[in-house]
Amino acid sequence: MEVTSAHVATGATGAPGSRLRAALPCDARLYQIAFQAVLLTVGVLVRDFALDPRQMLLTFAAGLVTQWLWLKALDLEHKGALSALITCFGLSLLLRSDTLWVHPLAAVIAISAKFLLRVNGKHVFNPANLGVIMALVLLPGAWVSPGQWGNDVALAGWFVALGGLVTQRARRWDISWVFLAAWLGLVAMRVLWLGQPWTIFLHQFTNGGLLLFAFFMISDPMTIPNRRSARIGYAILVAALAFAWQFALFRTSGFLWALFLASPLVPLIDWRWPGEKFNWRREAMPDNAGGR
Amino acid sequence: MPSFAARAGAWLIVVAVLAFLIGATPAAAFCGFYVGKADAGLFNEASQVILVRREGKTVISMANDYKGALTEFALVVPVPKVLGRDQIHIGDRKLFERIDAYSAPRLAEYFDPDPCILMKSRAIGGLNAPMSASVAKEEARRDKALGVIVEAAYTVGEYDIVMLSAKQSDGLETWLVENGYRIPKGASAALKPYVRQNMKFFVAKVNLKEQAKTGVAYLRPLQFAFESEKFMLPVRLGMLNAKGPQDLVLYVLTPQGRVETTNYRTVKLPANMDLPTFVRGEFPQTYKALFDTHAAREDYRAIFTEYFWDMGWCDPCAADPLTPDELRQAGVFWLGPQANARGGGQPVMLTRLHLRYTRESLPEDLVFQETADRQNFQARYVLRHPWTGDPASCSAAPAYFEEVARRQEREAATLASLTGWDVNAIRAKMALAPQPANRWWDVLWK
Repeated sequence: MEVTSAHVATGATGAPGSRLRAALPCDARLYQIAFQAVLLTVGVLVRDFALDPRQMLLTFAAGLVTQWLWLKALDLEHKGALSALITCFGLSLLLRSDTLWVHPLAAVIAISAKFLLRVNGKHVFNPANLGVIMALVLLPGAWVSPGQWGNDVALAGWFVALGGLVTQRARRWDISWVFLAAWLGLVAMRVLWLGQPWTIFLHQFTNGGLLLFAFFMISDPMTIPNRRSARIGYAILVAALAFAWQFALFRTSGFLWALFLASPLVPLIDWRWPGEKFNWRREAMPDNAGGR
Repeated sequence: MPSFAARAGAWLIVVAVLAFLIGATPAAAFCGFYVGKADAGLFNEASQVILVRREGKTVISMANDYKGALTEFALVVPVPKVLGRDQIHIGDRKLFERIDAYSAPRLAEYFDPDPCILMKSRAIGGLNAPMSASVAKEEARRDKALGVIVEAAYTVGEYDIVMLSAKQSDGLETWLVENGYRIPKGASAALKPYVRQNMKFFVAKVNLKEQAKTGVAYLRPLQFAFESEKFMLPVRLGMLNAKGPQDLVLYVLTPQGRVETTNYRTVKLPANMDLPTFVRGEFPQTYKALFDTHAAREDYRAIFTEYFWDMGWCDPCAADPLTPDELRQAGVFWLGPQANARGGGQPVMLTRLHLRYTRESLPEDLVFQETADRQNFQARYVLRHPWTGDPASCSAAPAYFEEVARRQEREAATLASLTGWDVNAIRAKMALAPQPANRWWDVLWK
C-alpha cells in the first residue's frame, strides 16, 4: 500500500492528449473518492438505501481513527488517509445493518487488516471487501442488498463512465473490462443454454451492483496481480467463481464472495508470475502506463 | 407511538384493516399460468402467495380466485423436484384472509387534545373418466415420444394433479395440448428455461366430482412443501396470459429477518405520514391511488415492502396476529408443539411484499434473500382530528387553530404527492379556506 498525499501534476507529461490530464490531480484515488461520494448521495437520495446518516458518520470516524492509530504505531505518519476514506465509502455503499455498531466495527476490521495481513508490501484483501464479508460472517444484524441499485439503464451508463475514468487514471483498467467481459460472457452462455429471453442478459448487464464492483472494487490496484497477463487470468477466475456462487450454489452476493475467496491467491500469483508493483504516484505518469 | 400518544393525552383507534387488494378484486391467481380450453376467463391480474422458508425447506401456498368455468381451469407450476402425494395439501382460504388482514396497510387515528387543558397542565409534548388398459399403454408410448414422463398422478381434494418431467419444451407443450389443455401462445418458449434446468412440472385441473363434495363454490388454495437451495418464485409463466400489469402480494414467513429480492430493488412504501381526515371514509381508494402512483413512478421495476413485523405482536394491530395453529397451517414448520397463543419457540417474521409488473419490467423470476434486518415496518397512515372547541375559550386556542390550518395544508400537499391527485380538489374536500392567490404582481403597485 503506497498511501501518498494527493498532489497536482506540474505539466511533466508528454503523452498525446495529456494536457487536460496534466491539469488534473494525479492521484486516482481522489477521483474514486469523489465518485463514491456522488454514488452514495444518489443511493441515499434516489435509491432510498437503508442507511442511517449516523451509521455513515460512525464508519468514517472509526475508519479514520483506526488508520491514524496504525500509521502512528508503525511510524508511517507521512502517509495519508485517502485509502481509509475509500474503504469507508465502500462500506457505506455496500453494508447494511439495523444497528449502529456494525459499520464502525467493520471499518476497524477492514482497515486494521490492511496493516496486518500483508505479503510482499501488498495487503492481501481489498479492505472494503474484507470488512463486508467479516461483518456478514461475524457480526449479527449485518447484510448486503445486492438489488439496491436496481436496473436503471441510465444509471448503469453513469457507472461505466465514472468508473472508466477512475480505472483509466489508475492505469489498471484492464481488470475491470476483462472481468465485465468474462461475467457477461458467462451470463450470455447461460441465457443461450436455457433459452431465456435476452432481456435477462440486459437485466444483468444493467445491474448497478455489477458495475460498481467492476470499477470500484476489483479494480483496486493494490490487491490484484502485478503482471497484466496474470491480472487477466485473475479477473476471469473471479468472474467464474462469482458465477458458480450465484448460479450453481444459488447464493447471494456472488461478486463479493468471489473476490474474498480469490484474494489469497494474489501473493501466489505475484510470486509465480512477477510484475512491477503498482505505485499510486508513479502510475499517474503516462510513461509508466501498463504497469508491467 | 402509543406511549407518545398516551403522553399527549391523545387516544388511538385503529380504524381500518383493509383486506382489499389492488384492483378491488379479491385475491387471485398463481405463479403458474391458467390454461383454459376457451379464451374466456383467462385473466389473472392479482395473485396472493404465502412463502415459508427456513434452511432450504420451503412451503408455498397459492390462493386462487379463478372465475371461469371449473372444467376449463388448469394450472402449471415449475417445481424443483417431483412432489409426493403427502407434499401437496389443500389449504384454507381463510388463511389468506387472516394474513392479509393482519399485514394490510392501515390507518391510525388520533384526536387532538383540548389546547386549553394542555396550557394548564403544561406537561405535554405531543382428469376424470377411467380408461382401459390398452388406451393407457398407447398413451404412455406417446408420452415417451414427446419426452414427457408422467412421474406421478394424484387426486388431492378437488384437484387432479400430474407431476411431469420433460426433455423438450415443445414436447411438453404438445403433451399438454394433446391432453386437453389449451396453452397460451408462447408457452413453449416460456417453459424452455425450466425444462433445461431439469425442473418438474406440477399440472393441476379440477376434478368436478371431488369439487362438488367440497360444498364450496370456489377453488381452495394449493400448498406444496419441498426442499430446494433456490429461494425464488417462478412468476414468468404467469405472464403468458396477462393482458396488462399484474399484481402479486407475497407473504413471506421466515425465522430471522426481513426478506427482499436480490435481483430487483426492494423499497419501502412511503408511510407514517399525516393525511387529511376525510381519508377515513375512502382509505381503500386512497391506498390504491398511492400504490398506483408509486408503482408507475418506479416503472414497475421495484418491489414494495408493505409490512415487516415479528408475528408475535403488532402495534397498532390491524387484526390479531395468526395463532400458532394458523401459522402451522400456513406452513411454518419450526413451531414446536409447545408453542402457545403467546408465541414460544422460534420467532416467525412476516414480510409482506407487493409488486406490480409487466412482461417487460420483470424479465427474470424473483430471487429472494432473508436479511438480518429486524426493524419493524408497516404501511401506516395517520389521521389527526383537530380539537373542535371554541377559538375564544383560552389564549392558547387561536395559536392552536393557526397551527391546525398549517397542518391541514401540509396534509393536503402530502396526499397530493402520494396519490397524484389534484391538490385543489383535496383542499376543496377538506373544506379549507381558499388560499390567497399569492401572485407576485399583487405586491408591486400597492
